[in-house]
Amino acid sequence: MTMDFRLGEGSDALRDEARRFLDEHFTDDVRARMHHTGVHHDWDFHKARVDHGMLAPGWPEEYGGQGRDSLEVLALAEEFQSAGAPTYGGSTTLMVANVIRHMGTEEQKRLIVPQALGGEIIIVLGFTEPEAGSDVASAQTRAVRDGDEWVINGQKMFTTNAQEADYVFLLTRTNSEVAKHKGLTTFLVPLRQPGVEIQPVFTVSGERTNLTFYTDVRVSDSLRIGEVDGGWEVMTVGLTFERSLPQGGDSRRLLRAMEQWALTSVDDVGRPKSEDTDVQARLGRAAAEIEVSTLLARRCAWVQKSGTLPGVEGSMAKLFATEALTRQSADFMDMLGPDGIRADGDPAAVANGIAEYSYRYALGTTTYGGTSEIQRNIIAQRGLGLPRS
Amino acid sequence: MDLNPSGEQQQLVDAFAAFYAKECPVERVRAAEPSGHDADFWVSLRKMGALEMAVDEQSGGWGASLLDMALVAEQHGRHLGPAPLIEGQVGARVLARAGGLAAAEALGRALGGPHLTTIALHPPRGGVLALVPAGAVADEVIFFDGNGLKCMPVVDRARPTSNIGSMPLADIAIESTAVELLSGERAERVFEQARDEWLVLMANALVGIGTRSIELGVEYAKERRAFGVPIGSFQAVAHGFADAATAIEGSKLIAREAAWAAGEDVARATELACLSCGFCAESAREASYRSLHYHGGYGFMLEFDIQLYFRRARAWPAVFGEPARMYARGTADRLSAMRRGG
Repeated sequence: MTMDFRLGEGSDALRDEARRFLDEHFTDDVRARMHHTGVHHDWDFHKARVDHGMLAPGWPEEYGGQGRDSLEVLALAEEFQSAGAPTYGGSTTLMVANVIRHMGTEEQKRLIVPQALGGEIIIVLGFTEPEAGSDVASAQTRAVRDGDEWVINGQKMFTTNAQEADYVFLLTRTNSEVAKHKGLTTFLVPLRQPGVEIQPVFTVSGERTNLTFYTDVRVSDSLRIGEVDGGWEVMTVGLTFERSLPQGGDSRRLLRAMEQWALTSVDDVGRPKSEDTDVQARLGRAAAEIEVSTLLARRCAWVQKSGTLPGVEGSMAKLFATEALTRQSADFMDMLGPDGIRADGDPAAVANGIAEYSYRYALGTTTYGGTSEIQRNIIAQRGLGLPRS
Repeated sequence: MDLNPSGEQQQLVDAFAAFYAKECPVERVRAAEPSGHDADFWVSLRKMGALEMAVDEQSGGWGASLLDMALVAEQHGRHLGPAPLIEGQVGARVLARAGGLAAAEALGRALGGPHLTTIALHPPRGGVLALVPAGAVADEVIFFDGNGLKCMPVVDRARPTSNIGSMPLADIAIESTAVELLSGERAERVFEQARDEWLVLMANALVGIGTRSIELGVEYAKERRAFGVPIGSFQAVAHGFADAATAIEGSKLIAREAAWAAGEDVARATELACLSCGFCAESAREASYRSLHYHGGYGFMLEFDIQLYFRRARAWPAVFGEPARMYARGTADRLSAMRRGG
């Protein structure tokens, strides 16, 4: 074996397929809908992914996947992320389907997985609460047993795509008498039922998310995932599926636009921006960081392909890429000068205001999926062996 | 994709790691200051084949790849080797590539005996080659003067400099004794490739500096107690280390990728050489700074080793230029590829 930084032929082929698919299906209409609604899920696009084998290529064939390895799946995901395609609803759905595949009952696998992979249903995440963000195990939404059912009361924050979804993967408290990690239970709660209220929340980036309220919502015990009070184990399994995500795609799209700008713009005395060493240095620093983001993410998929679960590697990839996007978007706004503040819709905005948009969009990325501070704790404690605070 | 060194590469790394552990303890690095050159260590390093590995078999070497050399450079940085490994290797490769009688003779001198041949990273200005790496201890310098690639004996012409990195740098005036090795476009190409290779090897050396800097700081932060607890348990300290360690892990990946690309993805070789060195320079700088700072007042004392790393992290890459300059060079290459429709 020799060192090789290529993902491999299988990855290259799937990347080409993904590009062709995106050219055809990530249309201006889909983009316009995303922009207008702030929803990063699109049913037409989602169903097209299913039809073309672009939703779950890493799943075994028996479930309708193609049994692709983690490096092949990553190549596809990199393309979707670099294009800015609406994948968020599909991602949460597949993550929960994966949890069910590993920890669910036979009935749940039969009922949920084919619908999830068939693009018929969307599943969203209900972890965060008004008083429980990074400290997710302190969730207070209560589930109380009532015969074969459970009765749920509480409130969740950032239930993104709930308005599109069929189920929410809900983290609830079923025992207050024990340590907080030991009294949690997870359910797959049907969202379209009385007692569920979905309230839209709009964010600085224009993305729409939701507050969801649960008032005497009933869920069958057959939709409990994992053991009663075993919710933390379920969450832990769920998070392991999040460790080989692509990184750097949003930055790559931004850099491409800025490089185009540099190639086509001149300064006050007519000198091309592409020859301005300040511009060159800013573009180069971003290009280096994007290469690093990409490599850190690819390393996770490579570790996974080698048969180990990435741990600290995943935290490093997520931390680095999202913090880098935060830096780059700010730096590029500065690079554009006063025009940097022009937003999409302003005809004089550079590349539809992508720098300004990224500056707002980056704010969410360093928070969701585990804040930068949580990632740093993981890296310091598990990676460097520093003592807990 | 395979990010592990091959079996042979691992043997190479192990051999050099053992060599540096034995021959280059930190006491020796300190003893070599302020000149930063230990002539006996240079001899030992050459006996290890550090120069021979860099040139192809026809020229009397081992024909190692740039990636093999990069793995050794990482060890060199980790142990702050007080000898011009990178310049010596890059210079030897230039002579092997240049071909012709003058270059062959110069290569013979570089590979045989105690003679030390180095390379200037920038063309002369006003007839002077500024801050030539190892210029203060070199017998001969290779340089590009805008027209041709030349070599010149250094005898008594070097003006040593005092610098933050304790490096044997010198300003060298060009004399009529310079001999042309190559001229025209080909000379420039060989010189630019040499600069790319220097950047790649320096990037990997900086990975070694950054890695060891974090180790020193983390060891200290686990032992040192304040307010009744180890200081490494404070997030203000732990998070700084987490950021630095992440950047150094990323540095290692991009530095090795750049070395790999020199042989396997030639279209991106220049771009990655520049971007990797810029990134590794900034990351090593930051890692050594954080680590020094978390040592508290001790980090400020000469007695603690972290200052050795802090000073070199800044100085070693600066011989080429600041990170922004490396980034700009990388961008110029990317943009010209875009213009060509790449």
